[in-house]
Amino acid sequence: MEAKTKDLWVFIETNEDGSPKKVGLELLNPGRMMADKQGGKLVAVVIGDNVAESVEQAGIYGADQVIVVEGPEYKLYTTDAYVKALYYLTEKYGPTTIMIGATNNGRDMGPRFSSRVGTGLTADCTSLDIDEETGNVAWTRPAFGGNLMATIMCPDHRPQCGTVRPGVFKKPEAGENKAEVIKEDFHVAPEDIRTVLLEVIKEAAGEIVDLEGADIIVSGGRGVGGPEGFAPIKELADLLGGVVGASRAAVDSGWIAHSHQVGQTGKTVGPKVYIACGISGAIQHVAGMSSSDCIIAINKDEDASIFNIADYGIVGDLFEVVPALTAEIKKLKA
Amino acid sequence: MNILVCVKQVPDTTQIKIDPVKHTLIREGVPAILNPFDGYALEAAARVKDKDPSTKITVVTMGPPQATAVLKECVGIAADKGYLVSGRTFGGSDTLATSYILSHAIKAIEEKEGKFDAIFCGKQAIDGDTAQVGPEIAEWLGVPQVTYGLEVEATEDGFKVRKEAEDGVQIIGVKTPCLITFTKPSFDPRYPTIKRKLMANKAKFETLGDDFDPTMDASHYGLNGSPTHVKKSFTPPVKQGGMKIKEETGEESAKKLAKILVDANIV
Repeated sequence: MEAKTKDLWVFIETNEDGSPKKVGLELLNPGRMMADKQGGKLVAVVIGDNVAESVEQAGIYGADQVIVVEGPEYKLYTTDAYVKALYYLTEKYGPTTIMIGATNNGRDMGPRFSSRVGTGLTADCTSLDIDEETGNVAWTRPAFGGNLMATIMCPDHRPQCGTVRPGVFKKPEAGENKAEVIKEDFHVAPEDIRTVLLEVIKEAAGEIVDLEGADIIVSGGRGVGGPEGFAPIKELADLLGGVVGASRAAVDSGWIAHSHQVGQTGKTVGPKVYIACGISGAIQHVAGMSSSDCIIAINKDEDASIFNIADYGIVGDLFEVVPALTAEIKKLKA
Repeated sequence: MNILVCVKQVPDTTQIKIDPVKHTLIREGVPAILNPFDGYALEAAARVKDKDPSTKITVVTMGPPQATAVLKECVGIAADKGYLVSGRTFGGSDTLATSYILSHAIKAIEEKEGKFDAIFCGKQAIDGDTAQVGPEIAEWLGVPQVTYGLEVEATEDGFKVRKEAEDGVQIIGVKTPCLITFTKPSFDPRYPTIKRKLMANKAKFETLGDDFDPTMDASHYGLNGSPTHVKKSFTPPVKQGGMKIKEETGEESAKKLAKILVDANIV
């Protein structure tokens, strides 16, 4: 496909209620820098149902233009409807770059879309820039379980596309909404949506593990020793208004559900505070949490590699330290 | 049910180390394994076969000749047949180019094995971690996709897929033919039995080489047919450790940390 403009698009994924997922707004931050370097507009593309809030937020967080596709068929994400809509818009407007949040849905839609266009897609980027020499986007992403970083470019195909991990970038500063809003009346026939959501089994109330959206995560690893060992961890997480995470070792041992897993085969997270309890710091785990603002490690083993990336580390038994930490924070904040 | 499982041989990335001086990956001595997510896809197919023994499971892998090792492993676990897609001109392919070759290979294999009702893939391979090849194959083949599958149940005309969603589990209905990618379920894949291991040792695998499909467009695969190019690779910068607290007792350490965190408004 030919690029008709120098515009950069950020896909704003929406929730069922039409509000934006955090990652879409986060991407407006690097998006601004890149759109300016590319010499085009920063455009937010919002697909969903009753998305007024998402459209407004995209403007507040710096989009020059918002393109909206709205309809009941977009209330819940489906590959078929979303890819059709995004393809239609891309063909019509011809952006030079498209960025998509690397959520489950973003990683489902991205490759289906890019292969329909016949262009390149770089998955799960953690760093973005414009190559000065060529003007191409330089997409940087981890590979080999976080052991290696690769910078990838898509020189001859447009739009150049990438998915970007949630939590890597911060939302831009809110400002005055100056965005021009374009509503596109594009609909997908029911027979063209070939998957159907039969049932939703939400985690029990209070058990929802929104690791990617959490500001504070308290995680347990092998040192936790068993399912009951997560009790003090949960207590600290509850006190701080955070959620419970886990390393692969704890999940593989059957102590906690996979939905809590942080790391290469789990979720990638970037909270304000990450407290790792009894986690040694294997590269696969670190790959999933190293972009946290503040990392705190609690481990008996003074040589555990988790201490190499921790801002604060306590050498000690988590069963002694974690409850004491909970009690002391409670006291200090009272 | 006629199921194809796409598998990949990958280096065990949990055993990769970094050369501390040259800052490069040390690949020597790192075992090549069946991509774990592909193992979950194969297990899902095996479970379909447990319920309906008439199910046929074929596996395909793209890679160098030694990648037949994973085909063998798959026969040991549950596969009936395996194919290797291997050609010099395929080297350097990115995900789009790989999916182009594989989608043609799938059509070629269907000439022999019959139309596949379903294609199962791992969510992603642990070396590249892109999660792109599955959906890209689905697009080339024009079939619906479901990603992040945990378990499937065959229905009259398709599958009910338990899918991992961000806030729980979804049950998705999809008709065959379709492509489903699998993530880690709550159960472990089965181990090969002795009988199946013996079968695997005797198994022979057909290779689809460079020219297996003359209608393939050479501008769509290999290094030159790949839209994305790796410009550079480097080892991630090592973060320096921060403050280490080690008081007489864990409680004292905890008190010290709590004060720092509260004073700095971190919590």
